[in-house]
Amino acid sequence: MNKILLIIEREFMSRVKKKSFIIMTLLGPLFFGAIMVGPMLLAMYGRDDSKKSIIVLDESKFFTNKLKEKENITYTYINSTNLDSIRSSYKKSGYFGVLFIGKVDNFTPSNIRLFAEEQPGLELISNVESSISKELEKRKLEKYNIPNFQEILKDIKTEVNIRTIVWNKDGSEKESSAQIAMGVAYIAGFAIYMFIFLFGVQVMRGVIEEKTSRIVEVLISSVKPFQLMMGKILGIAAVAITQLIIWVILTTGIVIFAQTMLLDQKTQTAIKEYSQNSPQIGNLANGSDAVKLDGNQQKMVDFMVALKNINLPLIIGSFVFFFLFGYLLYSALFAAIGAAVDNETETQQFMLPVTIPLIFSIIIMMQTFQNPNATLSIWCSYIPFTSPIIMMARIPFGVSGWEILISGIILVASFLCLTWFSSKIYRVGILMYGKKTSWAEMWKWLRYKN
Amino acid sequence: MNLLTAEHVEKRFANHLALDDVSIEVPEKSIYGLLGPNGAGKTTLIRIINQITGPDKGEITFAGRKMKAEDIYQIGYLPEERGLYKKMKVGEQALYLSQLKGLSKSDATKQLKYWFEKFEIQNWWDKKVEELSKGMAQKVQFIVTVIHEPKLLIFDEPFSGFDPINANLLKDEILNLKKKGSTIIFSTHNMESVEELCDHITLINKSKNILNGPINEVRKKYGSNVFELSFHGDLIKLGECLDSNYSLIGNSDENGLKKALIKVNNYSSDNRLLNMILPAVEVTGFNQVIPSMNDIFIQVVESYNHANGVSAN
Repeated sequence: MNKILLIIEREFMSRVKKKSFIIMTLLGPLFFGAIMVGPMLLAMYGRDDSKKSIIVLDESKFFTNKLKEKENITYTYINSTNLDSIRSSYKKSGYFGVLFIGKVDNFTPSNIRLFAEEQPGLELISNVESSISKELEKRKLEKYNIPNFQEILKDIKTEVNIRTIVWNKDGSEKESSAQIAMGVAYIAGFAIYMFIFLFGVQVMRGVIEEKTSRIVEVLISSVKPFQLMMGKILGIAAVAITQLIIWVILTTGIVIFAQTMLLDQKTQTAIKEYSQNSPQIGNLANGSDAVKLDGNQQKMVDFMVALKNINLPLIIGSFVFFFLFGYLLYSALFAAIGAAVDNETETQQFMLPVTIPLIFSIIIMMQTFQNPNATLSIWCSYIPFTSPIIMMARIPFGVSGWEILISGIILVASFLCLTWFSSKIYRVGILMYGKKTSWAEMWKWLRYKN
Repeated sequence: MNLLTAEHVEKRFANHLALDDVSIEVPEKSIYGLLGPNGAGKTTLIRIINQITGPDKGEITFAGRKMKAEDIYQIGYLPEERGLYKKMKVGEQALYLSQLKGLSKSDATKQLKYWFEKFEIQNWWDKKVEELSKGMAQKVQFIVTVIHEPKLLIFDEPFSGFDPINANLLKDEILNLKKKGSTIIFSTHNMESVEELCDHITLINKSKNILNGPINEVRKKYGSNVFELSFHGDLIKLGECLDSNYSLIGNSDENGLKKALIKVNNYSSDNRLLNMILPAVEVTGFNQVIPSMNDIFIQVVESYNHANGVSAN
């Protein structure tokens, strides 16, 4: 036991001290932070704020002073019909472009064109389109001579913002969000996939290094092959966990920092208020009286509240478990592969069967987001080679405890079983050189006695 | 008393018999030579002694009883194919390997300091292994093999990669260890060093033990019928005086120093031969030719292979 600890210590220290590890550990959070803060920044500052004034040449006379102006889009209506003369002069007068609206017959616009030197943005185009279609709809409605039409128009204006609330069995209720669940599931599933690959391959490389440098010949007389293999796998697991923890802490730090810097005071108090008083349907409908929020702020609050309302202890607990055992299961295989070959180029034929279930998992994960309780997803969340990723993809959407438990037990049992097989291949393989290993050869090794 | 014995050990890999009824007895405080052509099964035997792999049949005893798992701490093994972690510092690595042998960190540090000073390599401590030459790395490996002062030391080709000066240093160190009470199993193809160091030898060929015993007896056994004669006088006269029991099988004449090799066909006393020669020439030297281990090795292996109808490989 003491020896395994020594080996773990060496594997851990020799990797943690490497420059590449330190750089990756520090750069990772910046990268993840950018991914998380980026959309926030975009929402705040990403809009094209340059003012665009458009000259409108309206032959139909339907839309004069009817196009909806926005902060950054203004319309100037003129009567001239000479496009060519405008073309030569509009730029000098500081306009962005020219909107030409042809005659409208039977409320059907057929000749609407927007001229500009630069490609106009989507915002401008959709503004023009929606203004025109709204105006036409209005005019069509007016034809029916409905009394109090203006009041009705005002009255039917509605903003829709759906909140989904999950009724828990214990009678409480919680706000949920499918998007948030998917985001969490995606991050968790993908992190497991990435770490298994990254660190599983490190196990394999480590074994190959020991084998080709013949250090294993020196070690093998003082430690058992199983100790050597487990020490390496666990030592690298410790490296993975260290990196993960540092990443999570630093990324959280960066996001919290960005949040306080970027979100305005009003939004932040709203988030606090919502998450403290578990929102009841009543006050949700009314909205909090203390703070009235505009659409953007409301969206941000919804996002933050939903994020705070997911079952974080369960998700973190399962993540650590599936992350660890998923890695252990695969790295036992990677260790056996490393022992069976003489150099890294020979690993390809053995790598394929190991990587296929991993890649398959990612594909199934995407399906799982659409329907977390599809038969295939449920099955894959029990099969040990796919369960770490698929179960993690299902949990944020709500999976009952016993399902997680069974999947976990299957995973641990398969890990123990597979490690036993791998150690048999490892034991023979590490002292075998110069021979190209085949599947048949490995099968023979499995049956060697002691 | 024997520190280690192997009794009727057999080991089979898939379709190849690596050891076939091999027995050895390694006396305490001796240097035991384990010889044999490549692929004869020496490394397999050494791995069985190190408990890296187990025998299919037969038994290993250590210090008079069946070998136990803990006995591994009493063995120091320097494998033929050996390496170190290239990216690790020499000192850290030596410390790690010593701790794996069961030494505490403080004991290991103390012992390493002693050996590093002895080999005058203190300034390597913080160097990375990849900066060392092959011979330098071998020194470090030798140190971590002997650091825990084991009862049994197994050296597989210890001199490979050493220059003559360092090889000598190592040879002295091995003899020193023997003097301090270690028992040493020594596997090599360098027959000169076998003659210099070994007390006993075993020759393994084609998975079988085909020759063993104390080295002096082995050499005498293969050297009993040829004599080397130094003389003044006429070579032809010497030839004429020998009867049919003797034959002249070689001669040399270097700067007036004449030598002749005489083979005894059937056993007879040495004096009978001398009496025959003395009237013919003036004898200045007369001794039995003891063949080198190299000759014995080649002779024994080739005649075994010939008798058993197998090729040299």
